[in-house]
Amino acid sequence: MRNIGAFSSVARIWGLVVILLGSGLSFTEPVSAQAPQSEARDEVTLIRGATILTVTRGRIENGSILIRGGKIAAVGRNITAPPGAKVIEATGKYIMPGIIDCHSHIAIDGGVNEGTLAVTSMVRIEDVLNPTDINIYRDLAGGVTTANILHGSANPIGGLNAVIKLRWGKTAREMLFEGAMPGIKFALGENPKRSNFTPPPGTPRRYPATRLGVEYVIREAFTQARNYMRQWEEYERRRKAGENVVPPRRDLKLEPLVEILQGKRLVHAHAYRADEILMLIRLAEEFGFKIATFQHVLEGYKVAREIAAHGAGASTFSDWWAYKVEAYDAIPYNGALMARRGVIVSFNSDSAELARRLNLEAAKAMKYGGLSEDEALALITINPAKQLRIDHRVGSIEVGKDADLVIYSGHPLSVYSIVEKVFIDGQLYFDREADLARRAELQKEKEALKARERSDERRGGPRGRPPENP
Amino acid sequence: MRKAIGLILIWGLLSALSPWSARAQSGEVYAITNARIVPITRPVIERGTIVIRGGKIAAVGQNVSIPAGARVINARGMWVYPGFIDSGTTIGLTEIGQVPATVDVNELGDFNPQLRAITAVHPASEIIPVTRVNGITTVLTTPRGGILSGQAALINLDGWTWEEMLVKAPVGIYFNFPSIVAGRFFDPETFQPRERSFQEARRQRDERLQRVRQLLEDARAYAKAKKAAETSVPEGNATGDGDLHPFLINPVLESLVPVVEGALPLIVAANEERDIKAAVEFAEEQKVKIILSGGLEAPRVAQLLKEKNIPVLFGPVLSLPRREDDPYDSVFTAPKQLFEAGVKFAFLTNDAANVRNLPYHAAMAVAFGLPREEALKALTIYPAEIFGVADRLGSIEVGKIANLVVWDGDPLEIRSQVRHLFINGKPVPLTSKHTQLYERYRNRP
Repeated sequence: MRNIGAFSSVARIWGLVVILLGSGLSFTEPVSAQAPQSEARDEVTLIRGATILTVTRGRIENGSILIRGGKIAAVGRNITAPPGAKVIEATGKYIMPGIIDCHSHIAIDGGVNEGTLAVTSMVRIEDVLNPTDINIYRDLAGGVTTANILHGSANPIGGLNAVIKLRWGKTAREMLFEGAMPGIKFALGENPKRSNFTPPPGTPRRYPATRLGVEYVIREAFTQARNYMRQWEEYERRRKAGENVVPPRRDLKLEPLVEILQGKRLVHAHAYRADEILMLIRLAEEFGFKIATFQHVLEGYKVAREIAAHGAGASTFSDWWAYKVEAYDAIPYNGALMARRGVIVSFNSDSAELARRLNLEAAKAMKYGGLSEDEALALITINPAKQLRIDHRVGSIEVGKDADLVIYSGHPLSVYSIVEKVFIDGQLYFDREADLARRAELQKEKEALKARERSDERRGGPRGRPPENP
Repeated sequence: MRKAIGLILIWGLLSALSPWSARAQSGEVYAITNARIVPITRPVIERGTIVIRGGKIAAVGQNVSIPAGARVINARGMWVYPGFIDSGTTIGLTEIGQVPATVDVNELGDFNPQLRAITAVHPASEIIPVTRVNGITTVLTTPRGGILSGQAALINLDGWTWEEMLVKAPVGIYFNFPSIVAGRFFDPETFQPRERSFQEARRQRDERLQRVRQLLEDARAYAKAKKAAETSVPEGNATGDGDLHPFLINPVLESLVPVVEGALPLIVAANEERDIKAAVEFAEEQKVKIILSGGLEAPRVAQLLKEKNIPVLFGPVLSLPRREDDPYDSVFTAPKQLFEAGVKFAFLTNDAANVRNLPYHAAMAVAFGLPREEALKALTIYPAEIFGVADRLGSIEVGKIANLVVWDGDPLEIRSQVRHLFINGKPVPLTSKHTQLYERYRNRP
């Protein structure tokens, strides 16, 4: 996150305890979300007459998309509707793949930061997903279909992420992007060293307080993780050899770091300055793992060659700058400069508000640095899909991929276009027409609730919100 | 002496070579030709010419002859718009948000109507070039602290000093209208979250408002006393010499005299429906002129605003809905609703570093129903009218300040680029900290 408000960073020890108790022994088991929505299995839908921006395979004028069982079954010009298919007329409209936001904090119930410790790899977003957060719907209405939900940036090593599809109306578990590779948040620079944060009176400052300390904290954690990994390897070796050995004591903090060393978990590292980006690249290379993405990475353009050589992705803002010292050299040309040096670049939101118009953020990469239309659209579709290792499922309009699609009233890179329909797994999750039609009904329902509340008030019954836990 | 001559020569050489050299010559005459001119207040002129002389627009039209010796810019295929105006920023008063040493936005104390934003505008702020190269040439910059924050200034985004940047100050006194904020909040004194009841919140609001009321009363009494002193002690007044009880100037009350006399508006920052209503009531009661700033829920009060003829500095359009159960597009559609209700409004970003995105706030309002012509007016002539400078800014008309932007396309579209920029009739280079870093690092081997 860009800034850490004092409020969101207030220590939440109890939350941590609850999370640990709640997660129990299943801690490192892979996320086993339910399969894609079963009701989509047999449905067949044809969207026809639109300009299709596939992102990876060019543009199809007057094209159609056939959706079967939640997947894209056919894309092209001359597709006829099979019997029983639902037909959606989209003449004059534009269709693009659902937008993927590689850095989001929506749908998190409570504090985004577990700021008490420098290393909090034991906490999980998955445990605090709130499927009723209205920002899910708002972002969906802006064309976002997948989001990488991350912890804040209070810790050099933060918590475990959750990749979700914005299946509004479903449960938290049903929102998880099934099979998405797990990840973790890291953070470098001003936020983990807490230089923009005043601790509550009487509270000691937390280590680290410098960029040097941030490097040490990460190095120390991976040194421990490597030892821990070797203990388990030794234990397995001896056990298999038939020895009767006591297993090492499990460490929930180190297990995710071992997964990083084994290449099973993606590192999403919040970073700003060129020096700290380079530091983490070299540290990761020393320990033999890769950084999946640098997040924000506002000075990425200064070390684009090094980022490309390491093979990390860059998930940046289009044009935010100057909100703190480490963002003072941020330039809107960053995305284009990194892309030109061979870095896989995405534009993220880090904000429920901005996520509603990532298509327009992408257009800024054309204005600043001259990316082509397809390159610009890739910043919010196929590139973040590659960064999250879900590009076999989403990120472009291709046969076999999930039918995550957005219908715009006009070209999505034009300011005058608005989102009309959003499909996830072939299901219609946002429909502007239906939204407009429901407003009067919702208003009526609200008035009725207010009237009931007032009558309860008169009877001296319960009213207002119950007090929150102390 | 020789050294001094050498320095002067070097200085002369540098200034001749630098793109800024042209700007030193304010007597220079420029002509923009073959352009599609969008004057805002008049129909579009195809293949028109604009002549700029002495910082002002000297001629506009299809059959305008180019004066001999004028520097000519051929704008074939391009559009000329007046520079856009952001009606609420902190530009010049802030540089890096997290570094207090660079921020002069929030003074201590609740009542500082005497503070003058213009005197602290930092002409060398890196934010200024970054903003203007996207066609924003004029901004309202305001202090934001306490309840009465200080005096807002309208500035052009070019000049060696703040005096050269000044268009008008004060434009109004910024007034954070006390809001009723009930519910859970973070108490900075105890560093703990705390619950505030509606009753407590309303009492707190009423107390704050009462203090504003009292201050305005004091200003009225002060004005009366001052007038009396001026008429009864004609000589002692100026210096106090020879007068045992001279009239003492009070800068705080002095600054509020034009407000209570109805000459200077309060720029009232309020978003919630009930705060806007309360602000309108307060203005009626106190007989003061107000301009609403922010106004995200203004459509809920549109009839009242129209009736009382209160203009709105609306925005940021790119905000989340205020309430959880608001329609997802409630802020995007608000400008359209204000327009349909006949409320006069201009756009603001309430930002500094991101003011360059002002056109895209207006564009989002257009996408959600506001006529494009109205959006353009709310970026130009409407704010000029609201701030009382429509005789100098806000359109392309003879006699106005030549703040002109040559675009290669629709300025509301993100992909369009600015090709030429004039502020106060002088060409301004299209460079900024961002273009400089871009050039430097794109050439890194």
